[in-house]
Amino acid sequence: MYELNYDPQICAKCKTCDCLMKCQYIDFELAEARVEKEKLLNGQDTRILQECTTCYSCEEYCPAGNHPFYQIVERQEEKGFLPVPEPITKQQLTMMEPRGTITPASVSAPVINMCYFPMLTDSIRGKLYENTSMIVGSDIFCNIMWLHFGKNSAIRERLPRMIDNIQQFYLKDSGVEEVVCYHDECYGAYTQLAPAFGIEVPFKVVHLFEYLSNKLDELSDQITPINAKVAYQRPCSNRLIPQTQHWVDDIFQKIGADRVPREYDRDNALCCGQVLRAQQRDDLADDVQKRNLDDMQQAGVAYCVFNCPVCMFTLADAVAERGIFPILMSDLCQAAVEKKAE
Amino acid sequence: MKEILQALVEIVGTEFVSDQPEERYLYSMDPGTMPAREPDFVVMPDSTEQVRQVLLLANQHKIPVVPLGAGLVLSGLSRALKGGIILDMKRMNRIIEVNEMSRYALVEAGASQGMLQAYLKKHHPRLKHSAPDAPPAATIAGNVCIHGSGHISHAHGFHSDMLNGLEVVLPTGEVTRLGSCATSDYWFSRAPLPDLAGLFLGWAGTTGVITKLAIKLYPNYRFNDVGVFVCEDARLMPDILYRMSETQMAEDLTAWMTPKPDWARGFLHSNINYGANTKEELIWKRNLIRASVSEYIDRKIAGFIPMPAAMKQPFLEVPARQLSRFADVRKGGGFEYVGVIMPVDLFAEAYELGLEIASRLSVSYSLGARIIGINHCMMFFYAYAFNRADPADVQRAQRALEATNRAAVDMGGIPWKAEAPAQKEIIRKMDPNMFALMNRIRAVLDPAGIMNPGNWEID
Ligand SMILES: Cc1cc2nc3c(=O)[nH]c(=O)nc-3n(C[C@H](O)[C@H](O)[C@H](O)COP(=O)(O)OP(=O)(O)OC[C@H]3O[C@@H](n4cnc5c(N)ncnc54)[C@H](O)[C@@H]3O)c2cc1C
Repeated sequence: MYELNYDPQICAKCKTCDCLMKCQYIDFELAEARVEKEKLLNGQDTRILQECTTCYSCEEYCPAGNHPFYQIVERQEEKGFLPVPEPITKQQLTMMEPRGTITPASVSAPVINMCYFPMLTDSIRGKLYENTSMIVGSDIFCNIMWLHFGKNSAIRERLPRMIDNIQQFYLKDSGVEEVVCYHDECYGAYTQLAPAFGIEVPFKVVHLFEYLSNKLDELSDQITPINAKVAYQRPCSNRLIPQTQHWVDDIFQKIGADRVPREYDRDNALCCGQVLRAQQRDDLADDVQKRNLDDMQQAGVAYCVFNCPVCMFTLADAVAERGIFPILMSDLCQAAVEKKAE
Repeated sequence: MKEILQALVEIVGTEFVSDQPEERYLYSMDPGTMPAREPDFVVMPDSTEQVRQVLLLANQHKIPVVPLGAGLVLSGLSRALKGGIILDMKRMNRIIEVNEMSRYALVEAGASQGMLQAYLKKHHPRLKHSAPDAPPAATIAGNVCIHGSGHISHAHGFHSDMLNGLEVVLPTGEVTRLGSCATSDYWFSRAPLPDLAGLFLGWAGTTGVITKLAIKLYPNYRFNDVGVFVCEDARLMPDILYRMSETQMAEDLTAWMTPKPDWARGFLHSNINYGANTKEELIWKRNLIRASVSEYIDRKIAGFIPMPAAMKQPFLEVPARQLSRFADVRKGGGFEYVGVIMPVDLFAEAYELGLEIASRLSVSYSLGARIIGINHCMMFFYAYAFNRADPADVQRAQRALEATNRAAVDMGGIPWKAEAPAQKEIIRKMDPNMFALMNRIRAVLDPAGIMNPGNWEID
């Protein structure tokens, strides 16, 4: 059931091992990378299983789209290499469990899917979100986070139910065929992960940034340019959907935000650190956060812009301590159209 | 009775004495399960001299006197078991002196935890005291004299260990100072004089009335952090706590086990709170704490819950509000817990006992422990919430408390701030010569037997 669409032959023949060679967190010589990859293919123990930070990036690096990351997670689970201590994994599984409290509701397009971030529903307001419907809750949670826990089984078990819930409880009877995903995780889950596992998605999805970009066009005469330098914290889940990256630039351009070049942006973006802490790797988390924040500070940015709420919760205080204003992309756009950008 | 009322009015003024049914009703109970006992009078003195005069009067007429702080002890220790006077100390709430250099505060007995905390924050931001998790209205004296514990107890022991000196009014009316203040103008310590403060600690107000006390203060760190370590096996807990305490980095080390929210059920959490004056020092401390339990982390059988700053906030609050929230889970204003002082070695047995009793007697529970000193002992608590308006619920909680007290004594622990019935359980196991000595001391200090009678007695 829900076999991973992974071809070992592709990896076996691969000469470049981009998935490992480009890894920002584990250092490999090419020869060693090949050996370790071989071990992975053969189901043997390898340092990859232990040292993987689960940053998702090798999904982006693999030129063949062969899902090397999902394969690593698959093996972690098979061989019992838990990236995160077991009690924490179990607690998270219970905490994020579908509560089964969803009830049918009529929605009308555009439907904003807030995943399981009820604390952010206040963001869906103002001109940008006029006449939208919103869905949120544990019963529509995309469940992609289990990739960080070596738990593809939880994704296989929960994601199809969530997809079905969205379709059955909201979209079907309302005659709506499309949802706007607030979070990269959902967009990645429905457009990239689900197909990789052969999970069917009966509705279309739009990335929040595409929605915002179009909205900004509609409201272009009402935009007050932000006129500030900004840094963007690219989240791990965007590694599944690099094709959406250009929307970030489009939006910044439309609201007059200057995404200044810096070292840890775009393909070289760094993890926010939260997953590293779950993996009990505080030293690495400290180092990664420091490099990232030093970089933002040196770039002289006024805002650090997030799309992932977890990145925002994790880094907001540290960012603010550096005199940089932490803000979600959606809120920054609100500020531009509501003329409250200061 | 009329003459006594008149005499009390003459001592404290009409506004501060009452024999009216409303006050007698309000002062007849606390939030716990112990049955109400009405006093004859409620008196609110404003000075040591007024306390002295009340005690002289009571002694002369053999009227029981029950000292009362905020009445939050929960185990009914400040109910008037034999009628008489409730001596409500709340008006004597002055913060007399803070000695910044020698790090102590001298306060009147009615000064509350919240008042001292706010005062220090405003006037002495580099200092703090060890606050319990009791509501801020709890008095410092009421807490010290029951051997309370709080947010710096892992580093510095029971709150009674942090006591520098006392001013007390004996049941016969003498005002006595104990500790350095008996000989010096400074209230800096109980050493090197014979330590008589113990005559008023752990006695549940049966030996005299504390009117002033000095307690130690501690550095108030600029940066504070908390780690929440979680495991699934209670048998690991003593070693986990031992290792963490070995680092001597923490101010507070507490454990909590609760069935709600669902994700917490079945897991054992250890909160380790530490502070520093620089971020670097804070990280250094965190690393030492982490290294102490790395063996468990490496085996993936335990670990620190990853928490963004906002999630840590409730665990950094002093006092922590969570227990107060649990206290209200059944609504109706009833709450009581058994706190058992016991060796950390007994953690797993203590935990199993709580689960067994809660399931057998169908009570809402929350279990936890505060490690006192660097694993020197712990206050293991079994909190049972109940709806006071529902007699069946009250009875269920009462049965759970009784069963817990009895089993805890048998296990080798000692119920703390024990209810009168639990005191009898303790006496049952106590060295008879200690109990005899207690009675001789009481007879000397309180020949008329007026102080909080019904406590520390067999029958
Ligand atoms: C939600 C909650 C959390 C709690 N957490 C903690 C905690 O973390 N640590 C802790 O230690 N306790 C805790 N408690 C228990 C209790 O509330 C505190 O110990 C509190 O400090 C008791 O102070 P009080 O002023 O209410 O004392 P009271 O209840 O008024 O009195 C306690 C005893 O001391 C005697 N007494 C009071 N004042 C004097 C005096 N001036 N002279 C002589 N005898 C006196 C009384 O007669 C009585 O026997 C908690 C309680 C609640 C409700």
